[in-house]
Amino acid sequence: MIEWSLIEGVYELRLGVEPCNEIGTTMLAALERFLDQVDTESAHALVIRSTVRGGFSAGADLRELYEELRQRPEREHEDALREFIDRIHSVMDRLDMLPLTTIGVIHGICFGGGFELALTCDILIAERSARFGFPELRLGIIPGFGGIPRLRRDVSNAVVRDLLLTGRSINAKKAQQIGLVSQMVPTGEGLRAAMATARQATKFDREAAKTCKRFMKPLPVEELAQEKEHFIRLAQRPVLKLALKKFVESDDPRPYLP
Amino acid sequence: MTDVLDRLIRLAAKKYGADADALKADDDVFESLGIDSFAAAELMSELELEFDVEIPDYELQGVKTFGGLAAVIDKRR
Repeated sequence: MIEWSLIEGVYELRLGVEPCNEIGTTMLAALERFLDQVDTESAHALVIRSTVRGGFSAGADLRELYEELRQRPEREHEDALREFIDRIHSVMDRLDMLPLTTIGVIHGICFGGGFELALTCDILIAERSARFGFPELRLGIIPGFGGIPRLRRDVSNAVVRDLLLTGRSINAKKAQQIGLVSQMVPTGEGLRAAMATARQATKFDREAAKTCKRFMKPLPVEELAQEKEHFIRLAQRPVLKLALKKFVESDDPRPYLP
Repeated sequence: MTDVLDRLIRLAAKKYGADADALKADDDVFESLGIDSFAAAELMSELELEFDVEIPDYELQGVKTFGGLAAVIDKRR
């Protein structure tokens, strides 16, 4: 379930889709509903967090993607992928550019598309348990929800290459050291810290805060468009379908990791 | 190495409510703690912070036991 509330100028968007907020058409529709309804006049800040135990988000819904590719004839794959990617990019861009101070609270898994969602936030607060990674190359693709341009916006190319080309994950302390996370807090303290940060943001002049955000965090439009095309091309190859099949059919508690 | 194994077992047992004294070097980490892949990732973060090391995921491929995990941590210290 995905729900939200607005209290004293601070929105709280709670992601609660089991097992770990996989991003597929259901999550996408819920995020679109939120964005259509968000009142940017009354609110000053937005806190995005997960209410599921496993973490912030495990990324794209690979089971849904596998079924979608399996059931459609190959000649329809490009259009279907493009339709989904255009939709998800629109959601990510709208979140990124919201005229509110946005704060992501991360615990546990923050992988792939979930990491890409986190990267739309202005401020990331990570609990000790947080783990960030882009496992996409293990599936024969690259991040496709805008993750590479947004990661490059925040951290150095050397770190971006290490994360992408090895698929390895990093903890909250490392994420803070490289400038991805601004606050690291004990497990269970993320929401309190985020609310305190959000309340601080509500004290400032709105126009100054909005101008600061626009100036400091421009949307990397050209790179986002390039990433889409790379993703759509790579995702049509048999290597992805084979990797998804292995992942979906595995009942090993250790995830499929080439 | 023994020190690492001992600390690793005690930390993991405390976190997941297992009996540290019953856990041995050859025990399977997932099975003996009853954890899934989400909890395993969380455990890796805790271990990295506890031992002040970075453990790339690819160094853990094929590692199943507490002893194997302790050896990987020990090499990174």
